[in-house]
Amino acid sequence: MVRPARRADVAAVSAIDAEITGLPKLEHWLELHSRQRRSAAVAGGLFLVAVAAEEPGRVVGFIVGEIRAWEFGSAPCGWVYALSVASGWRLRGVGETLLAAIGAQFRAAGIRKMRTMVARDNLLPMRFFRGEGMMAGPYIQLEKDLE
Amino acid sequence: MKLQVASQLAIFSILELVAEPGRQMTVADIGAKYGISSNHLAKVMNVLGRAGLVRSVRGAGGGFQFCGNARRITLLDIIDLFEPRLPIDPEAGRPGRRTAEAAALGLVLGEIDDSVRATLGSITIATLRSLSSRQRAKTPAV
Ligand SMILES: CC(C)(COP(=O)(O)OP(=O)(O)OC[C@H]1O[C@@H](n2cnc3c(N)ncnc32)[C@H](O)[C@@H]1OP(=O)(O)O)[C@@H](O)C(=O)NCCC(=O)NCCS
Repeated sequence: MVRPARRADVAAVSAIDAEITGLPKLEHWLELHSRQRRSAAVAGGLFLVAVAAEEPGRVVGFIVGEIRAWEFGSAPCGWVYALSVASGWRLRGVGETLLAAIGAQFRAAGIRKMRTMVARDNLLPMRFFRGEGMMAGPYIQLEKDLE
Repeated sequence: MKLQVASQLAIFSILELVAEPGRQMTVADIGAKYGISSNHLAKVMNVLGRAGLVRSVRGAGGGFQFCGNARRITLLDIIDLFEPRLPIDPEAGRPGRRTAEAAALGLVLGEIDDSVRATLGSITIATLRSLSSRQRAKTPAV
């Protein structure tokens, strides 16, 4: 089941993220959660969690999105900012359900384009997003070390 | 970016075989659709057979059958069977090896190679199949 994240879910979200990135950042997720609550762009919000059917209340995955408008001249689009599924719960369709749920939230806000960013050498999320029908977009991300 | 003919035929053949569960096709059936000789296709199927991606079924109604996992096999897995050096090693066979100029050019070419590998390595047969269904809606039926 997918539902909007509650403040009490954020610790579990942070734990799932830390399991993957190795960097606990509870403050960041709490701040993101409050920011989402304040901006009423979409009813239900764009910070969603997947809860295990067999263990009610147990957060097994999350997705966070954001609507960004006129960035780099681009028409408003829905960004998937983070998506993670706890390692013991993968390959059961949780990721797919979360992506579909946030897609529905974006559509409800009148958005017709969904974007995300994936590390080129991280084939797992790349395969996942492509399997969900996403293709490379028209932008190339550039960067530079500032000395 | 261009793929060798053998890689393209291998991808097309697998797409044909996965179009229906358990589908069996002869090289003549596949060749008819893509306008390719059975001889050429047989060589391609041989390589796919050795890699464990297809098996030949003997007897009447025989032919080839796909025996991999279409949701896990990527285009890169198939292409690597036919052109294992793709994408080209930016240093190999180039003049000026170990110069700063060659290293700079290598950086640029490496950027291209990385994205080629990332694209081909993330598109599975199942993903390509859904892409081709979408294209079918746009192009005249063959
Ligand atoms: C990417 C991720 C979110 C996918 O979540 P998931 O719940 O396991 O995905 P699903 O079960 O919904 O998978 C849907 C499809 O994606 C593809 N996929 C997912 N995991 C895969 C894997 N390990 N290998 C190959 N394909 C995979 C498959 O096509 C799968 O469908 P199938 O199982 O029927 O073949 C999850 O693996 C994850 O959290 N990874 C680490 C975190 C990360 O990198 N996040 C993305 C960056 S923000």
